[in-house]
Amino acid sequence: MQQLNSLLRRVPEWAVWIAGSIPLALLVFDVFVGNLGVDPVRDIEHRLGRTALYFLIGTLAITPIRRAFRINAVHLRRALGLTCFSYAVLHLAAWAVFDMGLLWSQMLQDVVKRPYLLFGMMAILILFALAVTSNRASIRRMGKNWQKLHKFIYAAAILASLHWLWALKLLEGWPLFCTGAILVLLALRLPPMVRFLGNIREKTIG
Amino acid sequence: MKLSWSDVTPEAIWLNRRSFMAGAAAGAAALSAGPALALSGAPSRFSTDAEPNSFEEITNYNNFYEFGFGKEDPARYADAMTTDPWSVEIGGLVERPGSYGVEDLAPENALEERIYRLRCVEAWSMVIPWLGVPLAGVLDKAGVQPGAKFVRFETLYRPEEMRAQRGGGIDWPYHEGLRLDEAMHPLTILATGLYDKPMPNQNGAPIRLVVPWKYGFKSIKSIVKITLTDTQPATSWQTLQPREYGFYANVNPEVDHPRWSQATERVIGAGLLGGRQETLMFNGYGEHVADLYAGMDLAQNY
Repeated sequence: MQQLNSLLRRVPEWAVWIAGSIPLALLVFDVFVGNLGVDPVRDIEHRLGRTALYFLIGTLAITPIRRAFRINAVHLRRALGLTCFSYAVLHLAAWAVFDMGLLWSQMLQDVVKRPYLLFGMMAILILFALAVTSNRASIRRMGKNWQKLHKFIYAAAILASLHWLWALKLLEGWPLFCTGAILVLLALRLPPMVRFLGNIREKTIG
Repeated sequence: MKLSWSDVTPEAIWLNRRSFMAGAAAGAAALSAGPALALSGAPSRFSTDAEPNSFEEITNYNNFYEFGFGKEDPARYADAMTTDPWSVEIGGLVERPGSYGVEDLAPENALEERIYRLRCVEAWSMVIPWLGVPLAGVLDKAGVQPGAKFVRFETLYRPEEMRAQRGGGIDWPYHEGLRLDEAMHPLTILATGLYDKPMPNQNGAPIRLVVPWKYGFKSIKSIVKITLTDTQPATSWQTLQPREYGFYANVNPEVDHPRWSQATERVIGAGLLGGRQETLMFNGYGEHVADLYAGMDLAQNY
C-alpha cells in the first residue's frame, strides 16, 4: 500500500489530462475515418456525455477508495473533475450545434419542458461553478464555504444519471449500472458506511 | 491535410448513393440485368421526389427492438431470423380467414415502388424507396366483414432467433393497429422490398407495414398475423407508455412528445452540420389523409 501510494504521489496532474484526452482523440479519429456509422451526430453527442459521466464516477471514487484502502489519489481529483466538466461542455456543444442546429428558441423551450434536459442543464451549471472555483486562490478565499459548494458534486452526479436514464425509451443495462455505481459511491459517504470503510481498512492493512 | 465536414461521410456510402442515382437513371435496363434476387416495382404517383437515403443508411440505422435497443443491433443480429418459409395468418372478421404466403399477398408482378418519407418518433427522418402493394388489396382478398372497424398486426415471436425477446422490455410479440379506413387508405402498403432488393431482415423481412403519415413505430415489421376486429386493439408502445405513445401516432409538429419537441427533425445522412428541418403535418401527406381525422382533436388522439 505504501509503495502504491508513493507511486501514485509521483503521478502528476497533467498525466490525468493526457489520459483524459484519449477518449476525445479516439472520437475525433472515428469522425474523420468515418467509423461512426449512419448517424455520427448521435454518436458524438452520446459518447461525449458518457465520457463525462465516467470521469464524474472517477472523481467520486477517490474518497471511498482512500477510506477503504488508504490509497490516496486526492491530488488527481481536481484534474478528474475538470476533465469531466470539459466533456460535459463538449456534450452540450454537440447537442446545440450538431443535434439542434442552433435553433435557440426550440432549445430553450425544450429545456424548460423536458425534465431530462433540465436535469442535464442543472448538472452542468453545478459543474461549471465547481470548475471555476477549483483553483487554489478560490480554496483559500472561500474557506469553509468551498467545502460546502463542492459537495454539490453529489447533486450533479444524481442529476446527470437521471438525465441519461430519463432520455431513454426503455431502461437499459449500462446506464442503470452507471447510475448504480454513482449511488453506491454516494452511499459510501454516509456515516455508517464511512465506519464500515474504516473497518475494511483495519482488516486489510491491520 | 485539409478536411471538410463533407469528408465525414464514408466514401463507400457516398459513392453508393451516386451509383444508385446513376442506376435509377438507367432504369429498367439496369434492373433486368440485375441478380436473380432483384425486385422491381412500377413507379407510383404517391412517391416523393425527395432524394432517398442510401441502402447502407436505411439498412444500418433501425429500430427493431427484438434484436436490441441500439440502432446498429438489427443489422448485426437480424440475420438469425428465418424468413423462409413464412406465412401470414389473416383472421378475425374476414370472409376467407387462413394462412397466406408472402407471394400470395404481394406477388412480384404487382409490386409498386413507393418512395416515402419516414419520420421516427425520435425526431429523425429518412426517405425510403419501398417495394410493396397496397394493404387495401390484401384485405379485399381476405374479404373484410361489415362489422370490422380495426386491423391488428402482430410480429414474429421467436426468442431463439430474436435475441432481445429473451429479455423483457416490451410485451412480446410486438403488436400494432390501425383503424380500418387508415388500413384501406391507398398510401398504406405492405412492403416486401426496398431499392431493388427483397426486404432486408433488419427492415422487417419478409413483409412489413408502411404507413407514411404516422411515426415509424406504427409500421410494424415482419408480420405474421393480421386480425380484423370491431374494437380498437392495444398496441405495444401504447401499453408500455400510454402518455408518450398514442394509438394514432400521426406525425404532428404541434403535439410534442412528453420528452421532446416534434416541431423539427434531423435528416439522417445530412452530415454533422445538416441541422434540422421543420416537421410537416402528417409527415407531408396531409392532402391525402387529413380527411381521415376531420373533427378529431389530435392533441387528445395523439
